[in-house]
Amino acid sequence: MKVTVDANKCVSSGNCVLNDPEVFDQDEDAGVVILLQENPSSEHAAAVHAAALACPGRAITVED
Amino acid sequence: MTETVAESRTDLPDYPMERSGACPFSPPTQMLAMTETAPLSRVQIWDGSTPWLVTGYDVARSLFADTRISVDDCIDGFPHWNEHMLSISTRRPRSVFNTDAEEHTRFRRMLSKPFTFRRVEGLRPIIQKVTDEAIDAILAGPQPADIVEQLALPVPTIVISEMLGVPYADHEFFQEHANRGLARYATAEDTAKGAMGLHSYLVDLVKKKMANPAEDALSDLAERVNAGEIDEKEAAQLGTGLLIAGHETTANMIGIGVLALLQNPEQADLLRETDDPKLVANAVEELMRYLSIIQNGQRRVALEDIEIAGVTIKAGDGVIIDLAPADWDPNQFADPDRLRLDRENAGQHLGFGYGRHQCVGSQLARAEMQIVFQTLLRRIPTMKLAIPFADVDFKNDRLAYGVYSLPVTW
Repeated sequence: MKVTVDANKCVSSGNCVLNDPEVFDQDEDAGVVILLQENPSSEHAAAVHAAALACPGRAITVED
Repeated sequence: MTETVAESRTDLPDYPMERSGACPFSPPTQMLAMTETAPLSRVQIWDGSTPWLVTGYDVARSLFADTRISVDDCIDGFPHWNEHMLSISTRRPRSVFNTDAEEHTRFRRMLSKPFTFRRVEGLRPIIQKVTDEAIDAILAGPQPADIVEQLALPVPTIVISEMLGVPYADHEFFQEHANRGLARYATAEDTAKGAMGLHSYLVDLVKKKMANPAEDALSDLAERVNAGEIDEKEAAQLGTGLLIAGHETTANMIGIGVLALLQNPEQADLLRETDDPKLVANAVEELMRYLSIIQNGQRRVALEDIEIAGVTIKAGDGVIIDLAPADWDPNQFADPDRLRLDRENAGQHLGFGYGRHQCVGSQLARAEMQIVFQTLLRRIPTMKLAIPFADVDFKNDRLAYGVYSLPVTW
């Protein structure tokens, strides 16, 4: 699974962290998304897809 | 199939619509019926204009995230809530509420720091403490207690004043001014006076924090003033915006949420008894979906032509996205009129909106509701409504739906 994030689209909602805090975090300054794992294991599939769906900025892309 | 015939105004339903008395939790049934025919269609609003009303879930979600849709209320064709909002549109400073794209992102990022998932997690002990103290007072006091007055209003107010960095000594002043506009018979003047008093108070507080910052939202804003990005008035405006946007909304959700739980005792039992934080969180998402309290429709205007669901929204057309019918769209949520706290896709609701303007306080609201609902159910397990359900007064005329008071006994 390959995950990419587009910081320009991020509005710091934190929905990604809510869904998978092992793959996503938010920066200290303005809460912009930080991708912790570019290639998370398949265990994370459901959570990462939920994060992508929940992202209000549509900043997360997942390639299975 | 594209729309080729201009419809006459008398054929169009008026918006907003009224809820039917039969089920006060239901969105106006007229909108639910509209979704059966099409996910969007034209309506007529107060000034005679005919924007698109979106009631279908997929179209709502799609348009929220569409970059061809704008929140700028100075653009021709923007479907204003009412005459007052139209009249102030040119006087309102640029902020998160009326900008798009990069301009919006710049403002948004000034507000996001205190609302990150982790910062909010850090607030949980305070939220729990504030909640417990409010319930202590209820239990020590006379019956019936009013859940609105004694829990739904104070908890979010105290939490947001902690978050903003309002000194404890000023909490009472802050609460009074913040709640002035929320009172049942509050006039527009009351709301304005409340807002003005708060605004000048916050300007002073921002100045203090410029000199002596702490770890709170007003200090974050003061930092931006020090950096020359915004001035004190804009900082106070953003601070007031945070307060107003997140205060009545959360208070209303707590009030009407408790009522919904009282009306669905098996669901309440589920929430009371679970030790699974995922179920507690899901329960709040389902309450958000079921209640979808924002009832004035999210107002937008199209910047370019948009082809969607078989129609063409033309550039300059007003668009109103109504969250409540979208969250009761049976194509997305099976048996939408049933409150099911373990509903699998509850988290996909639009109760906080969607797209770049999605509620900035959503994580805080979630944490507050998760804590308040379960704590209340556990600490007052025999709580019941002290008046007949038919006598509950609902806020039909406010931006956010809710109840004016909720007397309970136990």
